[in-house]
Amino acid sequence: MRNRWNIKVEVLGILLAILWLLPFYLMFVNSFKSKKEIFLDTTSPPEAWSFDNYITAFQELDFLRTLFNSLLITVVSVVLIVLFSAMAAYALSRAKSKISTFLFFLFVSAMLIPFQSVMIPLVTVFGQFDMLNRGGLIFMYIGFGASLSIFLYHGALNNVPKSLDEAAKIDGANRWQVFWHIIFPILKPITVTVAILNIIWIWNDYLLPSLVINTTGSETIPLKMFFFFGEYTKQWHLALAGLTLAIIPVIIFYFFAQRSIIKGVSDGAVK
Amino acid sequence: MRTRDLSYWLFLAPVLLALGLVVVVPMVLGLFYSFTAWNGIQTGEFVGFQNYINLFKDERFLDSLWFTTKFSVVSVILINFIGLSLALIVTSKIKTSSLLRTTFFMPNLIGGLILGFIWQFIFLKVFASVGEAVGMESLQAWLSTTETGFWGLVILMSWQMAGYIMVIYIAYLEGLPNELIEAAEIDGASTIQRFRYIIFPLVAPAFTVSMFLTLSNTFKLYDQNLSLTAGGPYNSTEMVAMEIFKTAFVQNAFAYAQAKAIIFFLIVAVIALVQVYINKRREVEM
Repeated sequence: MRNRWNIKVEVLGILLAILWLLPFYLMFVNSFKSKKEIFLDTTSPPEAWSFDNYITAFQELDFLRTLFNSLLITVVSVVLIVLFSAMAAYALSRAKSKISTFLFFLFVSAMLIPFQSVMIPLVTVFGQFDMLNRGGLIFMYIGFGASLSIFLYHGALNNVPKSLDEAAKIDGANRWQVFWHIIFPILKPITVTVAILNIIWIWNDYLLPSLVINTTGSETIPLKMFFFFGEYTKQWHLALAGLTLAIIPVIIFYFFAQRSIIKGVSDGAVK
Repeated sequence: MRTRDLSYWLFLAPVLLALGLVVVVPMVLGLFYSFTAWNGIQTGEFVGFQNYINLFKDERFLDSLWFTTKFSVVSVILINFIGLSLALIVTSKIKTSSLLRTTFFMPNLIGGLILGFIWQFIFLKVFASVGEAVGMESLQAWLSTTETGFWGLVILMSWQMAGYIMVIYIAYLEGLPNELIEAAEIDGASTIQRFRYIIFPLVAPAFTVSMFLTLSNTFKLYDQNLSLTAGGPYNSTEMVAMEIFKTAFVQNAFAYAQAKAIIFFLIVAVIALVQVYINKRREVEM
């Protein structure tokens, strides 16, 4: 009885999973077709697996350079967010005082502010100081990413006993050495969560780069994809090849880190 | 470490600088500008509440607010229903459990902009050709009306976010104490009773988390809106975030857009504070 029920549930699950993958299947098979073939039939596999669309899309997206920009901006931003947030959370959790409580409250309340509410002054102010470039973008990501990251680190640090700090201090370590050699390594599980949440968000972000980056050659993948799609909107065969290219790095990342990714996202949401 | 130590401030300096310049200063400036005739370059004169008065008479803004609200309510219900169903499926004793989880979660890793473009292809081309093949008139010309644009956005968001919400429900479902459920079973509780009196109360916090997460995510939606419908036809599927963006950077009405942005902030903040309040109340009860 129970067994038969489980089989039904499993079949339902598999059918839903196929439905979930259908959009990716449609994108994939049509990205190999010619314009005419898409016009005739959108659901079957292509008559021939030709890479012509991909060659054009690869060149038009300036793919290697765009990929490099996305990697550069994401990696530098995430490394700095992780380091700076862990440092700040450490200071706030070790020096209990009214100032610390106030600052923690300030960081947490900043999470309530939607991007659109600060977007216009942010862009005008940074524009006046000539900071609308990749460096400025990374700085902004630190500002927007710090709140949630500090919140997560702060929660984890409450479970790290202070006696550990004191023991290290007696051995003659200074503040930075205690943080870097003792505390930061203990925080590794939460660092993975913080890093993953920030990677997903920064890698996929479109709006902020679209406002900050205005020189050709420094675009990230979502930004370049937007321009590319605008140019080839009537040529679905090229647009779909471009979209497939844009997704490949994410799929590779997911393939290697899926356990940590799902755990990180779930921890980040539940806490 | 004490707050008067130099090391305390050195540890905090980088984030204080970034948060201050990126969030605090623009927020304060924005609040100030929303009471002026600011045009992005000059502050202009002080106009009091004029921008706020105007926006409550601005039909395009009110329409976008109403469209966003409708979209959020429908999406929140659907995403949570689908997300919980998926979670119940993958936490039952089935062999493909982890493969299914991976699949349902996948769309969340890909940016909303790209997902919107993929679905644009599906709604415009695949729907049309399937509709033609099976003779269904209702599959033609999707995204060209307000209604199909609305449902297009709902489908896209449900497909994308259900797997995310599934992960949250899984975290609570797998945290359920098995002994408790087995004990109830031995005591003769039916499946429905077990769900009603044991599973449901223990999973209730997951509902609060998921509801508010979907609510704030759908209310602030921009990327998917831009890539799927771009607000069309005739701005009728334009959501608040996009309306604010266009007021600022298409019409160049900076101060006016900023006033809208402040109202937007107040709505989002109220949603979040209600969630905090509900959570606190539950903690007291438990």
